[in-house]
Amino acid sequence: MTSAPATTEVAHLDLTRKPRPWDTAARAIFRVAAALTIAITLGILVALIVPSIEFFSEVPINEFLFGTRWAPRFADASFGVVPLVTATAWTTVIALFFAIPLGLGAAIFMSEFAHKRTRKILKPVLEVLAGIPTVVYGYFAVQFIQATVFRDWLNLDTGSFSVLSAGFVMGIMIIPTIASISEDAMSAVPNSLRQGSAALGANRRQTSLKVVFPAALSGIIAAIVLGISRAVGETMIVALAAGQQARIVGGPLEAGQTMTGFIANAALGDSRVGSLEYNTLFAVGLLLFLITLLINMISIWIVRRFREAY
Amino acid sequence: MNASTDNARASQTVGSTNTIVHGSALPSLEVPVIDCDSVSIFYDDFRAVHDVNFGCKRNEITALIGPSGCGKSTVLRSFNRMNDLIEGARVEGSITYHGEDIYGPDVDAIEVRRRIGMVFQKPNPFPKSIYDNIAYGPRVNGMKVESMDDLVEEALTKAALWDEVKDKLKQSAFGLSGGQQQRLCIARTIAVQPEVILMDEPCSALDPIATLRIEDLMQELRKDYTIVIVTHNMQQAARVADRTAFFTAEASDTTGDRTGVLVEFGDTATIFESPHDKRTEDYISGRFG
Repeated sequence: MTSAPATTEVAHLDLTRKPRPWDTAARAIFRVAAALTIAITLGILVALIVPSIEFFSEVPINEFLFGTRWAPRFADASFGVVPLVTATAWTTVIALFFAIPLGLGAAIFMSEFAHKRTRKILKPVLEVLAGIPTVVYGYFAVQFIQATVFRDWLNLDTGSFSVLSAGFVMGIMIIPTIASISEDAMSAVPNSLRQGSAALGANRRQTSLKVVFPAALSGIIAAIVLGISRAVGETMIVALAAGQQARIVGGPLEAGQTMTGFIANAALGDSRVGSLEYNTLFAVGLLLFLITLLINMISIWIVRRFREAY
Repeated sequence: MNASTDNARASQTVGSTNTIVHGSALPSLEVPVIDCDSVSIFYDDFRAVHDVNFGCKRNEITALIGPSGCGKSTVLRSFNRMNDLIEGARVEGSITYHGEDIYGPDVDAIEVRRRIGMVFQKPNPFPKSIYDNIAYGPRVNGMKVESMDDLVEEALTKAALWDEVKDKLKQSAFGLSGGQQQRLCIARTIAVQPEVILMDEPCSALDPIATLRIEDLMQELRKDYTIVIVTHNMQQAARVADRTAFFTAEASDTTGDRTGVLVEFGDTATIFESPHDKRTEDYISGRFG
């Protein structure tokens, strides 16, 4: 370890390319993982589309989309999907009606008002809600909310099932999704913005609603969209609590079968592969997929339009 | 510790005397707008600043200088109760604004901050349009404004930014350069019509040209506002400040924690040309370790 000679000569300069097998292997593994994800998605799409094409060769697409009677198993079968869509719309809207205000409220409280210690306790507790199996939620909706609360306690004019109980419980299920992701988004807003706002004489409410909330909007929208997607696609709760009868739902206390509810029920049955009844499942599944896709696209547009980046 | 405190007090007295001698060019001695009396600031059990006494006078620029960790920013942030936002921060002694204790039991921190605005080290415009950045303060304060457009123009004009942004008021503030963003933050502060503007190293993130523009602006603003500035840059203090407070950090005999103390306070010329305290002289002349 003597000091380097004062000459300008470099010991040994080797800039040639050397083999790095682990680098190459890692790159290949990640590439396969990425390709697989895309391939699986495409595979699902193809699996949905192929039987759907068969379905639409027998049932005109107009009749499917705008028909108001859904009776695929009856002798005089009818394939109007509108009743299923109304039930899905009701349960989803009801779920969001409860989940968005409560979820965002919880997120704002945790991010802007709660002490560190409170947040440390509250967030995991909230996330436990997300871990409850949906079948448990479903029975909670049927047995407790619908039978006990709505009928026994409140004496509401409702049957054994309703889109209200299903939607309400589904809303509870989504709260942690919306709250947790929104809280992450708001916590990520730099503190310098809160200080800047406070220094202008804004109170905490103004700072959180007028500075932090808009700054975190893209994350919050993402949280809500994820909530919507979960509500639209949620199956167990609606299959158990919303009802099994496909009819146009006119009010929150009525029962009705949702798109997912239909798929769950029909898939349990004995429909022969390739039969019209079997293909019906995929047509409804495809519609469900397209609706979710549409919601995602709208949300991306909203985020682009109203984004306040920091 | 005691010796140094006494020292600080003594030199401050001398500084004040000098102020009177030097005072012809400065506004006459009046009650300081902000006055610190035996101020100590704690973060939980850690004493960040000990026994600070000085005052900031109307329409003057007061600079707080000193090495890192000397507590000058902590003192500045206590003037508009920004330390309230930090859990465990606590102020002892009294900080008065026009003679009223801003930490008094009935005092609302939000009212204090309306009158004592603040500009931060790193420009922190809101992720909103230039216009909305200015309008935000008046809006949240419920100020009765005849024309928000006029108020926005006036604030931007005072901050010497109007000509550069008048054609893009609706564009995001993030499209501005760092220096422009900092002037926007000054304009935003002016828009709520405070009396005092606190500046926490407002130029440390800016290039020299942007820095000079801000310094020129401070000289303009001095006519209407009382300014307190924390700066790392001694030349900046010498250029802009009427009075200067020199802080340093001293290790406690018992715990070894470093606590900020005010070494010397006086008019800027005295502090820089003939400081009374050896520590000030060492720092000013670059002999500080």
